[in-house]
Amino acid sequence: MEERMLAVFPELCTGCRDCEIVCSLKHFGVINPERSRIRVLRDVFEGFELPLVCLQCEDAPCMNSCRVEAFYVDERNAKIIDFEKCIACRRCIIACPFGVNFLDPVTKKPLKCDLCSGDPECVKFCSTGALRYITAEEYNREKIKLSSEKYIEAIKQEER
Amino acid sequence: MVLKRKAAFVDLTKEKAVVQDIPVELRKMHLGGRGLNWYYLYNNIPPDADPLSEENILAVGSGLLSGFPALGAGRVQISAKSPITGGVGDSNMGGAFGPQLKYAGFDHIIVRGKAKRPVYILAKDGEIEIRGAEHLWGMDTHETQKAIREEIEDDRAESMVIGRAGENRVVFANVMNGVKNSGGRSGLGAVMGSKNLKAIAASGAVDVEIHDPENLLRYALDVDGRARSTKWAKTLGRLGTPLLYDVSYTTGFIGTMNWQYNTPGEDGSPLEAENLERYGVKMVACIGCSVHCRHRVKIREGKNAGLTTEGPEYAAAGAFGTGVGIYDWEFVIKGNAECNKWGVDIISMGTTVAWAFELYQRGYITEKDTFGLRLEWGNEEAVLELARMIVEREGIGNILAEGFRKASEHFGEETLYYANQTKNHPNLLTDERGIPSFALGIATSTRGADHLRSRPGIDLFQLPENLLEEIYGHKIISDFTAYETKGIMVWWHELLYNIVDSLGICKFQTVFNSANSPKFEDYVPLIKYATGIELTKQQLMEIAERNYTIERLFNVMNGFSRKDDYPPERYFREETKRGLPFMKGRKLDREKYEKMLDEYYRQHGWDENGIPKEETLARLGIEKPRMSFPVIEKAADVKKR
Repeated sequence: MEERMLAVFPELCTGCRDCEIVCSLKHFGVINPERSRIRVLRDVFEGFELPLVCLQCEDAPCMNSCRVEAFYVDERNAKIIDFEKCIACRRCIIACPFGVNFLDPVTKKPLKCDLCSGDPECVKFCSTGALRYITAEEYNREKIKLSSEKYIEAIKQEER
Repeated sequence: MVLKRKAAFVDLTKEKAVVQDIPVELRKMHLGGRGLNWYYLYNNIPPDADPLSEENILAVGSGLLSGFPALGAGRVQISAKSPITGGVGDSNMGGAFGPQLKYAGFDHIIVRGKAKRPVYILAKDGEIEIRGAEHLWGMDTHETQKAIREEIEDDRAESMVIGRAGENRVVFANVMNGVKNSGGRSGLGAVMGSKNLKAIAASGAVDVEIHDPENLLRYALDVDGRARSTKWAKTLGRLGTPLLYDVSYTTGFIGTMNWQYNTPGEDGSPLEAENLERYGVKMVACIGCSVHCRHRVKIREGKNAGLTTEGPEYAAAGAFGTGVGIYDWEFVIKGNAECNKWGVDIISMGTTVAWAFELYQRGYITEKDTFGLRLEWGNEEAVLELARMIVEREGIGNILAEGFRKASEHFGEETLYYANQTKNHPNLLTDERGIPSFALGIATSTRGADHLRSRPGIDLFQLPENLLEEIYGHKIISDFTAYETKGIMVWWHELLYNIVDSLGICKFQTVFNSANSPKFEDYVPLIKYATGIELTKQQLMEIAERNYTIERLFNVMNGFSRKDDYPPERYFREETKRGLPFMKGRKLDREKYEKMLDEYYRQHGWDENGIPKEETLARLGIEKPRMSFPVIEKAADVKKR
């Protein structure tokens, strides 16, 4: 099966934070967005919503930075932390160029998306399709569709 | 049982607080949110308390399910004795504060007394801190929230704040969160203002423990999918509540020029929901909501170019639209944005301004009273300026800021006839004259005239009677112009909305405007998986009866009875002048209304005067009020700054 990615379409995000809620619920059995592996950067006063989540880099700085070999790669190409081995040194958090390795305020260990064994809970709950688990090709297609819609809308506005 | 949730009892006079566990037994009696708020207030506010004195108590309660990933469960209830009605003051707010309060470690915060200086309460990781707010006093609701985030160095902190209206104790001042989430109606912003309480801020990362996470995730996805796949929810997610405008103005049940008319007719077409689309940026949502009924709008050109805000809702289209004879979305957006920053209830503001306009039309108010402001229908500048004067209590604004009853002492007792209110509480722009169930609902609502306490929106659909019987468990007449059986319908919705407010979920995702939305029985598994409390549908309805009757008792203790359960007198006297044939020439029939009210009381187990019967109180296990506010003298000092 072709590799899929957790794709983000910020223009469709409504800021409901269901993704954060269900992530913590799925992984820890509690609701606590500060323990989620996905975060929605939101400022209602400035007017934006931006979901942030691990991109599962091919050459992953987080994994490369680990000195205790706590990372492994599963069959979906997800880079996953083995918490038995993790010593909470937080190098991987610092190494992430996108800042999407978070710190668990309770365990003090890193929080990194593991793609929920190929069935991401956040995607299931995202009602607008701002989060999708799709192939790179599908992502490109969707992105082109969404941006061309914007372009067409802009032309229409001009004509008005 | 995973219900280790806490309530903080704060005494502002002493600047002390005590934190207690919320007993599971109380949950089984009242759930949380609205239900539990009123358990605390019924037991602790003395009947003769002045709403704006330190004797009044403010209860803030996130719903039992607030923060859960389904059904718009991001809601919080704010309650106190209302400075408008002198009875139940109760307010349900969406946005993000409710869930954040939970992550801060609290389900309820109960505040009494009055601070000697402006303060705000910070709830953070299970602790309560009282902080000085001198530097925040005078700020609008947006500035206040941004300043608090900066000060406590948490850009995810959420606050419920007051603006100028609350500081000035305008009786219909709001509590606000985010851009436009409103703890509206009832004037609870004025209660906060009277306590010198500028804000309550919530910050933290406390786990909300869940009884059965796996089943909760499964069931939440299922029930949420059902709620959002109704035609109503889908349309709501695209057009927002302005979709209601289209049906109400074409049919003829939208108050126009202070209810002198029941629709603007074709003049009102610019306010159709589709016309709002050109200002749209995108739809956004409250926490835990998949319906996303809220517009983010931007005015791109003209004198208000660059204004970005959220909303407006249907209610604003009445308040700054039909009610004052203005049919321009841009003005509605502007007025809506201003009210949100002032922290004032748009509905009450609109209904109060419309009243003043009619009094001007009839000569009760003259240009001398308004400092030359011409309160003429359609005068945009006058509407916004009068609103500002009310918020700042300038000139005639100072009179109107006191509410209809007190203001009518100034303008003449007969002017009260033109005020669309019940229990002195301003009504929404809807014209209920042709719809008896709606009229009964605004009249019996414990917080005074209001549509969100019982409105059976689906009554308008004239559904098949076998379906109605299935929903309501009683025989209900399908014809929405009928009076018979509508008392039972309103009773059922009162109970349903009470449960919804107590769980902290959204009314738009229950049986309100869609018969297919989730209702009592659908909440049973949700409660079980989340908390481990097992209830039957019957028990859930009994909790609602208990909660609702407690609110009724609070009103009774404050002098309310049958005499206060009538819609505006105008609805009995003046026929509607416009609209489709079945809406034109309609007014309420007094005799039939009385019978409907009798039926409604019987259904509740209240006597013919609307007083709960002893046997009803015994059945529901409601006892006499007893002071249960913890003795705070013994509590350790809270952190102070």
